[in-house]
Amino acid sequence: MHGTRILDEADRLMTVCNSCRYCEGLCAVFPAMEMRRAFSDGDLNYLANLCHACGACYVDCQFSPPHEFNVNVPKTFAIARAESYAAYTWPQALSGAFARNGLVISIVAALSMAAFILGFAAMNDSGVLFGVHAGPGAFYRLMPHNAMAALFSAAFLYAIFALVMSVRAFWRDIGAPIGGRAEGGSILQAIRDAGELRYLDGGGIGCYNEDDKPTDRRKLYHHLTFYGFLLCFAATSVAALYHYVWGREAPYPWWDLPVVLGTLGGIGLIVGPIGLFAARMRRDPALLDEQRYGMDVGFMAMLFLTGLTGMALLALRETAAMGPLLALHLGAVFALFITMPYGKFVHGIYRFAALVRYAQERRFEAS
Amino acid sequence: MSSKYDVLVIGGGNAALCAAISARRGGASVLVLEGAPKFYRGGNTRHTRNMRCAHDAATEILTGPYTEDEFWEDLLRVTGGQTDEVLARHMIRESKDILNWIVDQGVRWQPSLGGTLSLGRTNSFFLGGGRAMLNALYLTAERLGVEVEYDAEVTDLVIADGMFLAARLKRPIKGETELRATSMVAAAGGFEANIEWLKQYWGEAADNFLIRGTPYNRGSILKMLLAKGVQQVGDPTQCHAVAIDARAPKFDGGIITRHDSVVFGIVVNKHAQRFYDEGEDIWPKRYAIWGRLVAAQPDQIAYIIFDATVVTSFMPTLFPPIAGQTVAELAGKLELDPAALEKTIADFNAAVQPGTFDHTILDDCRTEGIVPPKTHWARRIATPPYLAYPVRPGITFTYLGTRVTKEARMLMTDGKPSANMFAAGEIMAGNVLGKGYAAGMGMTIGSVFGRIAGREAAKHARN
Repeated sequence: MHGTRILDEADRLMTVCNSCRYCEGLCAVFPAMEMRRAFSDGDLNYLANLCHACGACYVDCQFSPPHEFNVNVPKTFAIARAESYAAYTWPQALSGAFARNGLVISIVAALSMAAFILGFAAMNDSGVLFGVHAGPGAFYRLMPHNAMAALFSAAFLYAIFALVMSVRAFWRDIGAPIGGRAEGGSILQAIRDAGELRYLDGGGIGCYNEDDKPTDRRKLYHHLTFYGFLLCFAATSVAALYHYVWGREAPYPWWDLPVVLGTLGGIGLIVGPIGLFAARMRRDPALLDEQRYGMDVGFMAMLFLTGLTGMALLALRETAAMGPLLALHLGAVFALFITMPYGKFVHGIYRFAALVRYAQERRFEAS
Repeated sequence: MSSKYDVLVIGGGNAALCAAISARRGGASVLVLEGAPKFYRGGNTRHTRNMRCAHDAATEILTGPYTEDEFWEDLLRVTGGQTDEVLARHMIRESKDILNWIVDQGVRWQPSLGGTLSLGRTNSFFLGGGRAMLNALYLTAERLGVEVEYDAEVTDLVIADGMFLAARLKRPIKGETELRATSMVAAAGGFEANIEWLKQYWGEAADNFLIRGTPYNRGSILKMLLAKGVQQVGDPTQCHAVAIDARAPKFDGGIITRHDSVVFGIVVNKHAQRFYDEGEDIWPKRYAIWGRLVAAQPDQIAYIIFDATVVTSFMPTLFPPIAGQTVAELAGKLELDPAALEKTIADFNAAVQPGTFDHTILDDCRTEGIVPPKTHWARRIATPPYLAYPVRPGITFTYLGTRVTKEARMLMTDGKPSANMFAAGEIMAGNVLGKGYAAGMGMTIGSVFGRIAGREAAKHARN
């Protein structure tokens, strides 16, 4: 018996699946399962996080409900994944943040946006807040660059630290078989697998979402979201280089690299989350962890808000709306950062760790 | 009110869908009547995983050639010659092209599954299993314009002079109706889920049979056809039956209730007596005989007994083995006579000769001086915990069927071919399989004759 009901159910399913194995060509989960005859908590959390929720094994399974064996791997693993985020999170005192994630994230987002608006208002007179600013350093008339950099670096470093601590607990629990660190080859393999969402393809035919036809577009929307996020991150990094190395202050003209990267990324962050949200709303409830609506949607909403406020700021940065929009955008980004370790964002980190582990196991088996 | 289709396909599995797609591609309007609800569509195809097709060279998923002659020899061996050579050789020849044709219908192959490496050269596996294969065929059929009705129970067939005229149909909502069609393909499976019918041949023993596949294969279409002048083929007691876990559900337990462990231990009946050479031939060649062997034992129950040393030698099982620290304790849990089981195991252990164990070949580990012997892979059962799986006959499918020609056309009792009735799949498997079984043959029969039946049915309808 395992610690939780969902892990007991996951164990039951893996016992059924391991005596069938019809799905082994669909994704990484089933080959990983076949390397085991019994399943520890860590094994099950590993398999759950390796699952990309493509839905193919449910549609292809002769034992899925209403069959009495009641095999529903996507749903069981979706719940197990969500519970694993809480189980491994750092600090443990904040594990409850996952249970009512939508609420937590909206409160944090609202508070941080309000804090930036009030902060701007308190530190500047209304002429500055609602003034029209142009030219290099325009943003920093509302908030000094160093203050901005210090605040966001602190938030970002905290997020990274909390994530590292959480994923370390996960990594230990899923136990590397060779007793060693992840070697370069496995990490490269995992970067490729994650980068192309190799296992979000229903074994090649496409994924399932609302019905038994492989017409799902989540892969596309996830790419838009993920690469949009990376482009925005790249935009910020390039801007930081401009600022510190060449002494060039934002805002930059529309054709300059940070703005181009940020604009492309922003479009991804608007279109991607909308597509994912629409898919989430249409998804067959049989495949869903229905309890975690807030967690799924909260993170999409934060990414969407980040993209939207960023694009609005770009469009209206030479008008009187710049001040309030900058406050909103900074509030959204700040909230995104500090909620990262306690929301759906972590799925990417855990899944990546699971993919590294899988690449390791494959190499170990082949050798 | 009656509507008319060119081709009516009765059944909804591999054979039926191959017939429907092939008829539709041949230009016919096609209606498929599936008696089961949508989830359970496809009869036993849902539970399948591979198909045996001849091929002259290795492919991406097959490890080496499997020639027509070799296929024929395998068939000859498993059936003991009880097959229709003309039909069988025709099927084997056609199976070569099925490897590609079925891919054109959306089905995807993969190399043999973990734990089935012995089939890697001969059998092509469906990526995602039989239900995935079926889903692909349904998607293709629907895209081509084949109409499909679920929960469509055919209650009667109107046949005159070997000519199909109409099918009477009971629908759950729309009620009774009559459907006419120019040609009809019967691909509605066998009768293994009809326990009453099985009892006609097996007596009360049939009550102890477990049915591995769909509960919808009640043989009603087969019965109608045989009653209306179609020639019968096959021995009604013959079927593909394996030993499956006695704890499996009565119906639809599928692949996961099987046991691969016979060669690693001994098998005893309810009197704790061995009854057959557990090491006769390479698994899975002899896999298919154990259903019938157990069916012949008292109360149709047997126990595979082994010890702790071989637990990881076979695939993990759905149901855990029953364990005892001593043979007597195990016997108690199995409700066997402890003294009898102790004696059987002691006699067996004493008879085991030294040898080098290798389960991939016919090794030299054998017994001497006991009856029946264990001629290969015999090793002492002496390391606790002692373990057991209870097994019963698991009926996969039946061989009683309708006699057909090479065109999959049914033959009438007067020896004349029917003008417009065709059969494919399990309902005519007995033409090829008089007895015995080799993995993946059922799907070969279904796809090859389904494709032929659909083509011929469409040809007839268009003339």
